[in-house]
Amino acid sequence: MTTSTSLVYLIALPLAGAALLLLGGRRTDKWGHLLATALSASSFGVGLYQLSQMLGRSTEARPVSQKLFEWINVGSFNVDAGLLLDQLSICFVLLITGVGTLIHIYSISYMSHDHDRRRFFAYLNLFIAAMLLLVLGDSYLNLYVGWEGVGLASYLLIGFWNQKPAYATASKKAFVMNRIGDMGLSFAIMIAFATMGTVSFTGVAEHAHHTSEAALTAMGIMLLVAATGKSAQFPLQAWLGDAMAGPTPVSALIHAATMVTAGVYLITRSNFVFDAAPTAQLLVVIVGAITLMFGALIGTAKDDIKKALAASTMSQIGYMILGAGLGPVGYAFAIMHLLTHGFFKAGMFLGAGSVMHGMNDEVNMRKYGALRKFMPITFITFGLGYLAILGVPPFAGFYSKDMIIETAFNAGGIKGIILGSVALLGAGITAFYMTRVMILTFTGTKRWDEDAHPHESPWLMWLPMAILAIGSVTSGYLLSHGDALVNWLSPLFEHHGEHEELLKPIVVSALALTMVAIGVAIAFMKYSRQEVAAVAPEDVSIFTKFARQDLMQDRFNEAVFMRPGQALTATLVAADEAVVDGAVRGVAKTALGSGSALRGLQNGFVRSYAALILIGAIALIGAIWVVVQ
Amino acid sequence: MNAANYLYISALLFTIGAVGVVVRRNAIVVFMCIELMLNAANLSFVTFSRINGDLNGQVMAFFTMVVAACEVVVGLAIIVTIYRSRRSASVDDASLLKR
Repeated sequence: MTTSTSLVYLIALPLAGAALLLLGGRRTDKWGHLLATALSASSFGVGLYQLSQMLGRSTEARPVSQKLFEWINVGSFNVDAGLLLDQLSICFVLLITGVGTLIHIYSISYMSHDHDRRRFFAYLNLFIAAMLLLVLGDSYLNLYVGWEGVGLASYLLIGFWNQKPAYATASKKAFVMNRIGDMGLSFAIMIAFATMGTVSFTGVAEHAHHTSEAALTAMGIMLLVAATGKSAQFPLQAWLGDAMAGPTPVSALIHAATMVTAGVYLITRSNFVFDAAPTAQLLVVIVGAITLMFGALIGTAKDDIKKALAASTMSQIGYMILGAGLGPVGYAFAIMHLLTHGFFKAGMFLGAGSVMHGMNDEVNMRKYGALRKFMPITFITFGLGYLAILGVPPFAGFYSKDMIIETAFNAGGIKGIILGSVALLGAGITAFYMTRVMILTFTGTKRWDEDAHPHESPWLMWLPMAILAIGSVTSGYLLSHGDALVNWLSPLFEHHGEHEELLKPIVVSALALTMVAIGVAIAFMKYSRQEVAAVAPEDVSIFTKFARQDLMQDRFNEAVFMRPGQALTATLVAADEAVVDGAVRGVAKTALGSGSALRGLQNGFVRSYAALILIGAIALIGAIWVVVQ
Repeated sequence: MNAANYLYISALLFTIGAVGVVVRRNAIVVFMCIELMLNAANLSFVTFSRINGDLNGQVMAFFTMVVAACEVVVGLAIIVTIYRSRRSASVDDASLLKR
């Protein structure tokens, strides 16, 4: 494999920025945001350089690696801290650093009124470094370090305004739910080491062929648990909505474009495990299908623009997980949807941030309306993202999402029909809730508060939105033109026989577009023809109430996990106090009691001491006498 | 004469001394009772010396006398001092050590 010495700069540059800004303190306030942006951009530059180098090599020689240092060397367990940049990693590297840099630029303006802007940029740089380590690590253990790093950065950024208790709670919730997934990843690493004796990607890939299917299934399920935690998939999805407590650029970068797609990366990277473990793979598609419906249904009832977009993110990642679970045919499409989603969803989040910026941080869409005239650029960029997520040709989502739907239909048998129908229905619901967001925000009558003065955002904010909008328009075509991405990634995946086609691509596209049209039409009937209430109506159907409550995800977690957990800890605390503390206190009490009793003998009277000595001596002599006798 | 008789007397003297120490309050009397116990022990020593036919017991008795003499000197000094300060020679009055 080709080795390189410059891979480390990808990570080192943003990491240095984070360290400098965090350790430098207030001294770096004036120029900290510029430094962070420059370092992120230079990391993107290194990524582009690596891409150009990679394009110049033959297919086999494309992956490059770099050994940083010997990390763990115990007996038969040897792990080097090493980086691996291959066709899959480079996609992520460019997405992370590219979108990351745009969001850095956006944040310069968006966070300009925050007196802690420097700290914000330090965390953003920390996130970029950790995320790059996640996708560049050459073993599960190196990936794990990045995995935890992004979790930390996510926690710090969700709770960036932790002076509000609700936001601090949201960050804690995200962190705790992520821990469950992280536990899955550590179990997967342990299984890999126990059964194969190695944790590197290449090592596991080699050993996967002659490892028992049971072990691979266990490892696959654990990897899936990890993916559900980080990617907010069912059943660990509940944290994503609350994660919107963070500043909007964070929602765009971490909770839409990059970090939450780490689960898709993990599953795609572990393709050798899942290909050899059909049960685990089936679970992956089930999780993906459930989540894509789950997110879409929540999205239909949310009035908070960021939470609606978060539900949409959850749903779209469900599509990616579904694609990744469909095996070798689906990996490339999952990654393609991931990349296009990175553009259009980040763009829409930045658009939402721009709207909030102009509306005194109001997030309730029922208090928007008619913003098209006041924010033309935001409207256009958001609208392009909207067309992309709907899958209207020739926008990006049309290429990536339709491919996943098509692959799902072609998965074969009843499974294919179910998965395809779910994906198709999801596309329709997506069209409904995204149209709802568009109508409520940009058209109709104005329902603002008195003190709102909507205005277009400064160029530092709309420029990144415009670039991302261009990406939303073109990326799908560019990536799928001549199967560019599929061919680019194909050396990484096992080759597969041709699948029989259940439905022709054109039929799938027609069906998807029909569903989208129906969804859009329903949304128009419901929100454009009628007056929208500025306060959410209470007399709604039970389904709407259900969806507004996030399909009871929090209540379920609280009833099933939180309260029994609290009861368990309460019992343990009681047992600890009664048994462990009781034993310790009992010993102390006995010593104290016998001490107080004996203290009575020390009365200070010489004669009683003398009597005691006498009695003792007589007892001693008596004892000796008895023994001698 | 049976040597054991001396031991009986020794035991009797010791018992009188011991009871005296325990029941009497006057420090001087207590002190004399202690002397009585020491001398009871001395009597035992010389009796055993006689029975065994060696001088160890008699040497031991001399030691006891020396110790008793020293003890009398120190003990009387203490009693006199206590009497001076407290106007009492009762051992029960001198029970301040417990505080």
